Amino acid sequence: MADKQPPTCLSCGAGGLCGGRGLLTLKDGAWTNNPLAVQILGICSALAVTNRLENSLVMGAALIFVCVGSNLFVSLLRKHTPHRIRMIAEVAIIATFVILFDQLLKAFYWDMSKQLGPYVGLIITNCIVMGRAEAFALQNPPLLSVIDGAANGFGYAVVLAIIGFFRELFGTGQIFGHVVLSSEWYTPNQLMILAPGAFFALGIVIAVFNAIKGPEPEEKK
Amino acid sequence: MTDTSAIVILIAAILTNNILLTNFLGMCSFVACSGQIATAVGLGTAVTFVLTMTTMLNFAIYHLVLVPAGLVHLQFIVFIAVIAAFVQFVEMFVERFSPRLYFALGIFLPLITVNCAILGASLFMVIRKYSFTQSVGFGFGAGVGWALAIILMAGLRQKMMYSNIPEPFRQVPIAMIVTCVLAMAFMGFAGMVSIQ
Repeated sequence: MADKQPPTCLSCGAGGLCGGRGLLTLKDGAWTNNPLAVQILGICSALAVTNRLENSLVMGAALIFVCVGSNLFVSLLRKHTPHRIRMIAEVAIIATFVILFDQLLKAFYWDMSKQLGPYVGLIITNCIVMGRAEAFALQNPPLLSVIDGAANGFGYAVVLAIIGFFRELFGTGQIFGHVVLSSEWYTPNQLMILAPGAFFALGIVIAVFNAIKGPEPEEKK
Repeated sequence: MTDTSAIVILIAAILTNNILLTNFLGMCSFVACSGQIATAVGLGTAVTFVLTMTTMLNFAIYHLVLVPAGLVHLQFIVFIAVIAAFVQFVEMFVERFSPRLYFALGIFLPLITVNCAILGASLFMVIRKYSFTQSVGFGFGAGVGWALAIILMAGLRQKMMYSNIPEPFRQVPIAMIVTCVLAMAFMGFAGMVSIQ
């Protein structure tokens, strides 16, 4: 059911999401319509923070938190929000959760907060969060919206972790700071932790996703 | 970081610290709107303008309102509100006074609110503790750098339409890999000036 939706564009895309019942929503968010690899949303942060696996995991957690929180509140308020100002209301809700996460990070995990720098704040403009609020939470009851938020955040976090894993592995030969590829026979490819490596890794990941899923029917226009 | 002149920051923001190719900001519209050169030029111009103006506005608000009032932790919500309001204002202004420009730029303006390059530039400005002139230089340079990158990319993608790309790599993946090559080319500028 959920597969029968039209090609998705930036944030208006998944509006026709119909099969939204629990598990189906979960599968849809995490795999069929994976926000990062299939819908190509929110790639800014996916590229910027994935130079280390640890950063990727924290960023994934941040997105799950913000996505669940904002979806819940947008959904709770969906009958009270006038249509014309819904965008600004959504942005305000999202920004609130981002500020919460930023303050938490600063209080308990200062090093990471320094490393992620502006990219925590940039979750506000991450199209995934806005897209889910707009496309899903506005039409669905709170519980389902929470599941949807979690599923999309999870789908994003997994792809982020994959990219982070390979970039750290090939870029430094280490995982979480432990040497995996011994420097005796492996010369770390610095390029992988620099900017070009990020583009390259994401390109490959999306291509692999495409290859596994097979050719998309929507391309045969 | 307080003694670098605005000109150096301007050049660094365009070439060595290109906001798109080294900081990955504004990727969504970069991928979505780099199909044609004309579109890329329009979007690039609009981003440059909004980026310069909002950096100035946010600098003023941050240092004149948020810091004295001790509300620095609210910077995200204030910045995004300023950006959204400014974009809305520009849209109304342009529509009223220059309909031709409105039709050229119009459709891109709402997109800009969610362009992370705009918010990112304001946040970098705060994190790197720029002065006012430095912020203006950085905002303008970041905009020009972004426009440069998207226009280059549009040119490349127009050529790529004629090449035979393996099925799974069509569209976005190949765009990413080309961007990777572009970013490598820009790394060649790295020794020239650097800001961090």
